[in-house]
Amino acid sequence: MNAPYPGEIDRRLLNERSVSGRIGLQLQELDVPEQALPEPGLLRTDEARLPEVSQQEVVRYFTTLSTMNFSIDANFYPLGSCTMKYNPKVNEEMAFLPGMAGIHPHQPDETVQGALQLIWELQRDLGEITGLPGVCLGPLAGAQGEYSGLMIARAYFEERGDIGRIVALMPDSAHGTNPASASMAGLEVVTLPSDSEGNVDVEALKALADERTCVFMLTLPSTLGLFEPNILEITNIIHEAGGLVYADGANLNALLGIVKLGDLGFDIAHSNLHKTFSTPHGGGGPGAGPVLVSETLAPFLPTPVVSRDGHTYRLDAPDKSVGRVNGFHGSFGVLVRAYAYVRAIGAEGMREVSENAIINANYIRTALSDEFGIAADRACMHECVFSPQAQKAKGATALDISKRLIDYGIHPPTMYFPLIVPEALMVEPTETETKDTLDRFIAVMRQINKEISSDPDLLHDAPHDTPNTRLDEASAARKPYLRWQPEQNLTASD
Amino acid sequence: MTTNVSPYIPNTDADRELMLAAIGVNSIDDLVLDIPQAHRFPALDLRPALSEFDLVAEIAALASKNATPGDYACFLGAGAYRHYIPSVVKSVVARGEFLTSYTPYQPEVAQGTLQVGFEFQSMICEITGMEVANAGMYDGPTAFAEGALMACRITRRQTIAVLDTVDPRNVQILDAYARHQGIQITVIGHGDALPDDAACLMFQSPDQFGAIEDMAALAEKAHSAGALAVASVNPTSLGMFRTPGECDVDIATAEGQALGVPLSFGGPYVGLFACKDAHKRQMPGRIIGRTTDTKDRVGYALTLQTREQHIRRERATSNICTSTALIGLLMTTYLAVIGRSGFKKVAELCYHKAHYASARIDQLPGYAVKSGGPFFHEFMVECPLPPAEINRALLGKKIIGGHDMSDRSLNGMLICVTEVNTRAEIDALVAALGEIARPRQ
Amino acid sequence: MTTPDDRRYSGEHEWAFVDGNNVTVGVTRFATDSLGDVVYVDLPESGTEITQFEKFGEIESVKAVSDLLAPIGGTIVEINSEVIDMPEKVNEDPYSVGWLLKVEVADADSQLGKLMDAAAYDNLTAE
Repeated sequence: MNAPYPGEIDRRLLNERSVSGRIGLQLQELDVPEQALPEPGLLRTDEARLPEVSQQEVVRYFTTLSTMNFSIDANFYPLGSCTMKYNPKVNEEMAFLPGMAGIHPHQPDETVQGALQLIWELQRDLGEITGLPGVCLGPLAGAQGEYSGLMIARAYFEERGDIGRIVALMPDSAHGTNPASASMAGLEVVTLPSDSEGNVDVEALKALADERTCVFMLTLPSTLGLFEPNILEITNIIHEAGGLVYADGANLNALLGIVKLGDLGFDIAHSNLHKTFSTPHGGGGPGAGPVLVSETLAPFLPTPVVSRDGHTYRLDAPDKSVGRVNGFHGSFGVLVRAYAYVRAIGAEGMREVSENAIINANYIRTALSDEFGIAADRACMHECVFSPQAQKAKGATALDISKRLIDYGIHPPTMYFPLIVPEALMVEPTETETKDTLDRFIAVMRQINKEISSDPDLLHDAPHDTPNTRLDEASAARKPYLRWQPEQNLTASD
Repeated sequence: MTTNVSPYIPNTDADRELMLAAIGVNSIDDLVLDIPQAHRFPALDLRPALSEFDLVAEIAALASKNATPGDYACFLGAGAYRHYIPSVVKSVVARGEFLTSYTPYQPEVAQGTLQVGFEFQSMICEITGMEVANAGMYDGPTAFAEGALMACRITRRQTIAVLDTVDPRNVQILDAYARHQGIQITVIGHGDALPDDAACLMFQSPDQFGAIEDMAALAEKAHSAGALAVASVNPTSLGMFRTPGECDVDIATAEGQALGVPLSFGGPYVGLFACKDAHKRQMPGRIIGRTTDTKDRVGYALTLQTREQHIRRERATSNICTSTALIGLLMTTYLAVIGRSGFKKVAELCYHKAHYASARIDQLPGYAVKSGGPFFHEFMVECPLPPAEINRALLGKKIIGGHDMSDRSLNGMLICVTEVNTRAEIDALVAALGEIARPRQ
Repeated sequence: MTTPDDRRYSGEHEWAFVDGNNVTVGVTRFATDSLGDVVYVDLPESGTEITQFEKFGEIESVKAVSDLLAPIGGTIVEINSEVIDMPEKVNEDPYSVGWLLKVEVADADSQLGKLMDAAAYDNLTAE
């Protein structure tokens, strides 16, 4: 063992703590007579080298690890496009009710009426909020909802014999999943430029929309946090060309009770329940990415959806369903949380959510745009994108500013996205933050701006007090070290 | 002074006024001028907001309409399995630091999530015998489908051969994933040759009827045709049975739910994805690597990110952008708690109880166990009546029966027995089945 | 670092150096500077035919990936196995130890004529 030092965190892996003979759980004894074993050739010859640790060691290990995370519960987390809002605790309790967490996906419909009713109600509520009444809650994440939506578009055109529609148009500010999902759906990705205001270039769109257009994929508000002022003209251009309009609902937190996607001419959308509807991100999933469509497209929804007949609910396959995109009925545990959120917020509260998200973002934009430069100098929706090029000229990159924020206990904004904004820092405060928190963030950003001139190394070396300083990601990628191996030691310098 | 309506929104009217003034506008309306006026502020036909007390009552009432395993003895499996979840697992996953953090793109403030992910990858390698694993996929079936797509990328072939003992549900999901990529899916039997241009042979062990496949022979069959072997395995079974790694499988996938994850009506679960080291750069999903920081301390970070959608966009290995990390945490904690000996013992408990149950059911008049060979904890029973009818009768006796397989096997029922099914439950099932089969007077 | 004037350059930031019968191919310092730490180089096998100005491989940094476009077409006779094992060699010196391929070229003169000299390339990247 190396000499201990103050502040040291014991980072040893479980297997490096393992002592032969220790157990973490007393399992029950076999209560039936022992049965004959299968032929030895079928049996495992080696043993899985899982750890042998006591129960307290497990608890302490994971508790210690947890303290090395920033989280919404402990930190301001203005990560743009991710909607890191408060995740209500009661939702967790509801998801873990035995009657919700304990039910088996193959149980007959008549034994899970409560669960099916919850799904049905949430389908209806999301349809109402977005103005897209055809809803399948099955997709397990935004990207899967997106892929489902594109399959629906393809199936719709195929049914009409309009098979030449193989292009997915999207702005250059699109999330990476848009082109990735379009490519999975066999579509050719054609990117169109944004104008100087960060809006869709309408003339360019007119030139590109034609009989090959399957969908136009648009994030609304855009990844610059802006509402597209020409939206009705845009959806009209695509419809005139015979195509469908897809809404990436990542930024739906700006639109609750403010405007319905369906009213604007969108045909298909997905919504990330782990963003707008407050379900926890969990360190990178699980999410849920319901797909929402117009009445016309509803028969193509994935399987299953829940339908109602009188007071009876059942799992159903839509007539022309594009099929199954995952094992069962979706991230049900996530759906319970989202349902609890919708019920706690109610009709009036929806609009209040988005209004406060918009006010909070504009408050930050107004306070900091002088010093940090803003990608588009006009009212934003729920997030704003700074472009600190003046700071870069002085030697402080968006990365440096982000890492320095960590020293102040604030999670960095989304960096270097959207790709069209140099040194992008995308800030999304959400409606659940207090004005005090926003004021402190503004003060910290100004302080950091001063440090760039007074003591730039404070930024270059940041963060300082985290369990790790900046990590060597280049070495990690050059010589990937992806699992515990018995012969390797913890201390790299050994 | 008005009181706020929502406990989740802190701004008071006074706060909003101050902020709007600072922004330089009179009202929220001035901030949404880009939205077409005719469509602004639509009425929403939603029910009014509930207090927390009423919310809990409403959802508890919905929950009480469900028949909950635990209150009922439950013998369902077929892709989702009921196992004991130690309280340590539930306690760890409730920690807000894990629950309410984002994807670890900023490694310095996400070492908790990252180190857990590294443990997760290590444990998957250990239980499957494979060389490398990613940080998690959506669920087992989608991981299996992604395995096939990966095999197509590696071999540059466009035909997928699927063994006919694979659960048809998995084939449906594969079809949804492969449909638009010019990939052909061919279902073949054990005796059939692989198509010449097959990228892979996909199989499942235990198969859809519960039978253990000879994975080594299947892998050899794939390799001799220049194809890869892509397996879906039950992770609990690997406490006893041969691993895909031992059988020279190239890509191994699994539904991770059985390892400490609540049934939760089908999700969220976590897909396990492992492969041979040579193929790691073709893996979909997130991967966590160990490295050092500027002070030479060990730390962890996402790595090989150029495979992913946020960088490679339309040429990414997959559109996935989650690792289902929280469910991965459940699994990691579960395997840490049950440990090396517990992992074996859980498998053995399942095995012996399931075989005890199958032997007793096989003796019942009218019932016959039909699993073609060795099985782990699930077996096919041919019933004297349609399984739906039997299951209805069982419900009256507080038993949720096996999975109805009559769509693929005459009066077939797939019965699953795990360590949580007590002998009393098994004996009650056997007695009830016997009673139901007896012709009514 | 100055741009070596003993070779020709493409607008896509690759260079071609005539070395006896073969032409050696690599990327420029401008390319490595904009890419950052190179972590992986994906090259075709020896014997593969490549075409001038078409993609022959990929070069990756931690958070970016770029296509490698051939400054010259021909048959690959050798790949630099050192950069496969140690991609950092490309950053160390893209003009020497960081070379990528040796290509056997039939019509070197006409192909090289379509490339720039060092001065023209410096002009291009100075913009």
